[in-house]
Amino acid sequence: MATTATGASPPAVALEGVGRAYGERVALRDVSFTLPAGATVAVFGANGAGKTTLLRILAGLLRPHAGRACVLGAELPREAYRARGRIGLLGHEPMLYRDLTVRENLRFHARLHGIADGRAEELVERVGLAARADEPLRTLSRGMAQRAAICRTVLHAPELLLLDEPLANLDPGGAAAVAPLIGRGAGPARVLISHDAEQGLAEADHVLGLRGGRQAIWAPAAEVQLGDVRGLYA
Amino acid sequence: MTFGRGLRALSIASAVLITGAFALVFFYAPNDADQGFIQKIFYVHVPLAIVALCGFVAGGIYGIRHLRSGDRADDLRSYVAIHISLVLAVGVLITGSIWARAAWGHWWVWDEPTLVSFLIVFLLYACYQPLRFSIEDPERQARYASVFAIVAGAFVPLNFMAVRMAESLTHPRVLSTTGGSMPGEMRLTFLVALAGMGCLFVTLWKYELASKSASIQLRSLKRRLAGDDGLAPLTRSAAPQQL
Amino acid sequence: MRATVSALIRKDLRLERRSFESVPAMLMFSVSTFVLFHFGLDRGSLEGDLAAGVLWVTVLLASVLGMNRLFVAEQEQGGFDGFLMAPVDRTALFVAKAVVLFCFLVAVELVAVPAFVILLLEPGPGQALPELLAVLLLADAGIAVVGTLVGALGVQTRARDLIVPLIALPLLVPVVIAAAEASSPLFAAGGADPFPGRWLLVLALYDAVFGLLAYAVFDFLLEE
Repeated sequence: MATTATGASPPAVALEGVGRAYGERVALRDVSFTLPAGATVAVFGANGAGKTTLLRILAGLLRPHAGRACVLGAELPREAYRARGRIGLLGHEPMLYRDLTVRENLRFHARLHGIADGRAEELVERVGLAARADEPLRTLSRGMAQRAAICRTVLHAPELLLLDEPLANLDPGGAAAVAPLIGRGAGPARVLISHDAEQGLAEADHVLGLRGGRQAIWAPAAEVQLGDVRGLYA
Repeated sequence: MTFGRGLRALSIASAVLITGAFALVFFYAPNDADQGFIQKIFYVHVPLAIVALCGFVAGGIYGIRHLRSGDRADDLRSYVAIHISLVLAVGVLITGSIWARAAWGHWWVWDEPTLVSFLIVFLLYACYQPLRFSIEDPERQARYASVFAIVAGAFVPLNFMAVRMAESLTHPRVLSTTGGSMPGEMRLTFLVALAGMGCLFVTLWKYELASKSASIQLRSLKRRLAGDDGLAPLTRSAAPQQL
Repeated sequence: MRATVSALIRKDLRLERRSFESVPAMLMFSVSTFVLFHFGLDRGSLEGDLAAGVLWVTVLLASVLGMNRLFVAEQEQGGFDGFLMAPVDRTALFVAKAVVLFCFLVAVELVAVPAFVILLLEPGPGQALPELLAVLLLADAGIAVVGTLVGALGVQTRARDLIVPLIALPLLVPVVIAAAEASSPLFAAGGADPFPGRWLLVLALYDAVFGLLAYAVFDFLLEE
């Protein structure tokens, strides 16, 4: 399923009735939406609404228990290997080794993904970490570590970005530095979890609202009011 | 999914075989010249050992099936097989110890490879339920338990071989019978006892499977009626609670 | 696959050099255990069976420390997720970790075995060195394979530090049997006795069986 009849690329994400449970507790139920290539969806929901579960399913780390999930044209979990290496995940943890330097961490990820070292260097420069790139990660502040994590996320030029509160801990300088990498104009399709309703709405083409694991809102961003989003947290 | 087929026939068969074995042991099999009456515990000890070993290996085979198919019923089968075999293994250790005391004067003999192997196997499988209990997510619990069952199942024969090699060079077997070949009466009694023990294992296995699967299905029906939040949540358990 | 394995191994060796978590602990534990055995057994020197037993039990217990820590960095710092999302063969993680544990064991034995010889052994095994090396390497391979598997089994459970030794020690009993039987003639006072080569075969068989088995099932431990 490489291209559709018209030659356009397949949707970045196509979910149909997707559900996932932990034992008896249902974390996600009947989530269905389609995200076109290159578009951004902002995901809103209270704690425990299922946002992280959704992200991990899209990353291929969790297997859906119900429904069909297609990411970058690959059906999960059967064809999950086809999507590996084309997705970038930025979670709450930086997913970097604290005792290695920024440079060493990025080089390691480059090796895992078969990317040349030069790209890591380039990214380090762009986010403003060049001065601290040879210090172990645990000596860096949270903001610097977040910048390093963002480098790791985009290192292998993914077609889909899964971002869980990417601007947390970043100062305005940092936010500006990473915008070209993970912001709206960067290129890849994005699934963006944010608790900042205004900013999320501004960044997104579509909005997905989750409440109690169910899909409460799915609409183009232009049609969603701030009040609707705030209602999810009530 | 019903596990209870053939239970009545199996129960009757087990009862018959075991009663028959007891009768043969007391009235038919000859008394051992050296060890006297107590040697007859051999008819319990060795069948227990053989059936327990087969049970552990069966647990491993169901573990393989579970990993390949993802069918949680296979995990349940594996769990019950290992669970029952563990109890039988304790029986092996106790009867072996009694036999050793009667025949040799000590409660434990390191020279008997079966007994020693079972001690090691027991120590290993005693970790199966704690391992399951320490993993909360049921799917992962089932998967990890299957991996354990496979590795432990492969370990059992290797361990037996290694222990036997280590001991056979230095000491003769203490708890063997009449130097290895059994006269006709002993052989018949032994075979009946073995068949009875095997039947008993399968009967117990099926009983437990039927019972557990019934309560799992009952709970899932209750949930459908009461809604997701209508029932109290499941407590953590080593046993599979979902199929 | 080879590139992935070597990247993983280099990363782990580099982490160990930076944080010194495993090898020094295993080493200090070994030497302390030798001292404990000296007092516990109340013997100035050991030979033959007793020497082999003390050495191998100590190596095994020290290896448990290494097993416990093997996957901790991955678990606590999100390394599993990063690896699972990379377009690589997942068994590379098993191979890499087993090699790393093997290297740790060899590094520990480079110091612990001479320490053992000096502290506890009756003088003499110089001429038996090649055989001792063979036993050490084969036994270390078995411990590395089983240790990696059990370490992975334990790292995501709640009672990690308890479950790993409880499962690994019975599984490694054949290694202790074979290694002790093979090395006890080497520690005989007054020069080495003839070497029972068949125990090396047992070790090799154990390594092969568990190596293949672990290779086959390891993937299932990584999924969620």
